[in-house]
Amino acid sequence: MSYLDYNLKTAPTGLSKILYFNWGLALLLAAVSCAGFLMLYSVAGGDMERWARPQVIRFAMGMGAMVVIGFVPLYVWREMSVIAYGFTLLLLIAVPIVGSTSMGAQRWIDLGFMRLQPSELMKVTLVMMLARYYDWLDVRKISRPLWVIIPVVLTLVPTFLVLKQPDLGTALLLVAGAGVVMFVAGVSWLYFGAAITVIVLLVTAVIQTQGTEYQLLKDYQYKRIEIFLDPSSDPLGSGYNITQAQIALGSGGVSGRGFMQGTQSRLNFLPEKHTDFIFTTLAEEFGFVGGMILLTLYGLILLFCISSALSNRDRFGALLTMGVAATFFFYFSVNMSMVMGLAPVVGVPLPLVSYGGSAMLVLLAAFGLVQSAHIHRPR
Amino acid sequence: MKQPKGPGEKRQILTRRSLVLGGAMGGVMTILGWRMRQLGVKQSDQFRLLAEENRINIRLIPPTRGLIFDRRGMALAYNEPVYKIDMVREQAKDPEAVLRRLADLIPLSNEDIDKALATMRKRRAFVPVTVAQDLDWSHIAAVSANAPALPGISPELGHYRIYPYAEDFAHILGRVGPVSDYDLKKINDKDPLLLIPRFQIGKTGVENKLDRRLRGEAGEKRIEVNAIGRVMRVLSREEPKAGANLQVTIDNRLQKFALKRIEGQSAAVVVMDVKNGDLVALASAPGYDPNMFVRGISVDNWNALNTDKYKPLLNKTVTGLYPPGSTYKMVSALAALEGGFIKPEEKIYCGGYVEVYGNRFHCWRRGGHGKIDLKNSLKQSCDVYYYELAQRIGVENMSAMARKLGIGVEHDLALPGVREGVAPTKEWKRTRKKKDWVVGDTLNAAIGQGYVLASPMQLAVMTARIASGTKISPRLLNAVDDRPQPVIGREPLDIKPESLDQVRRGMFAVVNEPGGTARRSRLKIKGMKMAGKTGTSQVRFITKEERARGVIRNKDLPWERRDHALFVAFAPYDNPRFAISVVVEHGGGGSKAAAPIAKDVMSFALELEEMNYKKPETIRTGIQATNRTQKADKA
Repeated sequence: MSYLDYNLKTAPTGLSKILYFNWGLALLLAAVSCAGFLMLYSVAGGDMERWARPQVIRFAMGMGAMVVIGFVPLYVWREMSVIAYGFTLLLLIAVPIVGSTSMGAQRWIDLGFMRLQPSELMKVTLVMMLARYYDWLDVRKISRPLWVIIPVVLTLVPTFLVLKQPDLGTALLLVAGAGVVMFVAGVSWLYFGAAITVIVLLVTAVIQTQGTEYQLLKDYQYKRIEIFLDPSSDPLGSGYNITQAQIALGSGGVSGRGFMQGTQSRLNFLPEKHTDFIFTTLAEEFGFVGGMILLTLYGLILLFCISSALSNRDRFGALLTMGVAATFFFYFSVNMSMVMGLAPVVGVPLPLVSYGGSAMLVLLAAFGLVQSAHIHRPR
Repeated sequence: MKQPKGPGEKRQILTRRSLVLGGAMGGVMTILGWRMRQLGVKQSDQFRLLAEENRINIRLIPPTRGLIFDRRGMALAYNEPVYKIDMVREQAKDPEAVLRRLADLIPLSNEDIDKALATMRKRRAFVPVTVAQDLDWSHIAAVSANAPALPGISPELGHYRIYPYAEDFAHILGRVGPVSDYDLKKINDKDPLLLIPRFQIGKTGVENKLDRRLRGEAGEKRIEVNAIGRVMRVLSREEPKAGANLQVTIDNRLQKFALKRIEGQSAAVVVMDVKNGDLVALASAPGYDPNMFVRGISVDNWNALNTDKYKPLLNKTVTGLYPPGSTYKMVSALAALEGGFIKPEEKIYCGGYVEVYGNRFHCWRRGGHGKIDLKNSLKQSCDVYYYELAQRIGVENMSAMARKLGIGVEHDLALPGVREGVAPTKEWKRTRKKKDWVVGDTLNAAIGQGYVLASPMQLAVMTARIASGTKISPRLLNAVDDRPQPVIGREPLDIKPESLDQVRRGMFAVVNEPGGTARRSRLKIKGMKMAGKTGTSQVRFITKEERARGVIRNKDLPWERRDHALFVAFAPYDNPRFAISVVVEHGGGGSKAAAPIAKDVMSFALELEEMNYKKPETIRTGIQATNRTQKADKA
């Protein structure tokens, strides 16, 4: 299909697009972001200026971007996919050369007015690229090995670059997001089965070879795995974060200790309390109920996206929507698993809640693409 | 491999797979929700507890140590505030510049500054570091006045234990020192105060024995701290309970006089109130300055104290044990009288020695005393008389009498290291020396030699009991926090008053009648007579050959082999008030070396007693008070 097939007559034009805008999704995003502002205000000890205000400003910018991107016809984005992917890849390559170092990792490119994190951008452009690829690819070729290798390479090149930064969390999200697009597009189960088998075998090999001459990881990496499996084995070292996070989560109880009353975060026992571990503060102050409300909001966002994708007969639009939804899902599920001790600590923020400019802007822009697919879906 | 056939089926796959994916997402979110419930609902209590433990930190507030006073209320041990200066790096901005400015105001060398800076670099920025200590008020005033120019500097208050009478009370009060691992193991005390680094506890003397009461109880400050330990706020505060103030029975004037009197010798003087058991003086010479220890004693000083042959660290009054020599003859005499083994007027012939089973036992007078009765046996201290008594009464009766009079029994005193002494029995020798008792042992015991051992304090108790006829027990602690401590032993001894009277008469003759061994040491106070008994205890064995050649005189012997000189006495004779015992280690004869000391100290004690009813101006002080004492009196 190309944009010429578009049923231009039924597609909304001009300001009437506002009527077809997915308002429910926009409201849900705003609700989650508001929870984020509240928490950032709280962890700063009641200081608006420190984290909450910049976050609000970025949210406003992000919402503006979402509306603008949403109003642009989908075919524009479809045509731009390859260019966007290629451009982001170039930026990723440029990071080690012109990027600046932050907390031991090179992730940023300083553009003067903002600090751009190309790896964040890549999460969206990779999904765009793959959606475009499967939109273009002949259905009969989908599961042929050669045509499977192409998207795998398209995914692994940026993943490798991100891993070099090093940023394990983003790399995982890239692979997971790409995997979902390929899965939804219809790549045979056998490939996924094979991939999962290889991963399981690799993990087994890594664990089995520990302590032998042939061990596959460095000692400190094994140490990290051990600490993940048993945080209490190192309560003041690397396990400190996990232990303190769980204490915060647990001490919240059913209804929480009250807004701004969380001792764990207020007294700095929590690590990274405004970024990756912000969920612990939320659970400490608003308890099980607060946590479940946030989880429900996230679930509703997914539901809106999936239902939009299902009702979208445009293949690019549907794949793009599913890809963005899946990336969003991996974001929050990895983050929550991590702070609740279900997964090892990899630096993945809580989407729309954690403090962070790039992530917020890129996510809202991605939802702009979802809006565009929603508004311009064939009717 | 299933191949999609056309757009329709392709659409189907997308829908199907999207639904599968949505289901999987739903599954993962269910797990997340379940985990949230597990942490937040099921295990919430446990985590809440952990969060509180994180947050709340308990800081101890040390109590102030109790003071110690003498019987008239003079402070013997008190706490002097001492100022130190702490500095917090993060408040100082430029710590070095601040320290240089500080150095203009207080004594602070360049090394001190470098050391303080090095320490601060090692600690976290908000932790106070002591940059100067041992400062006096003028320094603190200067620092306070310049406070704006000295950011991060704060004067802090600490305490030093001060012993204003220094040597005079070293053995009684003892001293405090920082708690050590050894102390912790030894005393097995769960008091959290002991875990404070360098917390001061009593190491010797009363400070040690009554440490628990002097120490007081820790206050508690519950503070909220953050992850790196910075104090956020105080949640609650419980004030510490100061230690109990103690009053001892010692009179600092008499104590000082007694010590001055035996200065330069290795000696002990104990003065005890016959009526209530108060130990009015407990002097052990030489002494040492306990203040040296409080601020940290130098190795040289410590070695000097430890290697001194006069043993200045030892409290000879209660821990030193000596053969009582002839002062023990009262015990033998009372045992004989009570057992009916002798009548007071019965005379025993002294020919200079007796022979028992082939061994000769000599009297101190080579020619002997001739026929002698009880009173004269005491007055002239005839040994042969007591060798005869020993054979009649046996050692068991003698030792029973000794214990009745306080020798060979434990006295509960507010001092550590109070020794029991030895009133030997056959059983005692069998278990302790693994040997059988022989008659010679009994003979030696009768004149306070051989296995008999007593501390100067026990000799004073013996004398006090003979003088008063009561079971009076020694007492060092007069009051705790103004609560008077009980007098123990007002009830009469189970010894017939006539027997006691006979012995007292003998003791009177020793001091007051011509021919008495201590006649030269009679009191010069009008209307007051002292009764006493000399003692000279051998520390060496005199061989036959030496005896044949003539016994070497004490002054020709090295110090360690000379005899101990002893004297016990009570006064006034007709209404006894004080009992005294004097032991001069290796001092020679008791009449020459010990009795004059007893006379002087007893005179001063009686004078002080009389003076308590007169105006202070009329007092003739026996000794020029030193400047330090005057200062302390003012304090």
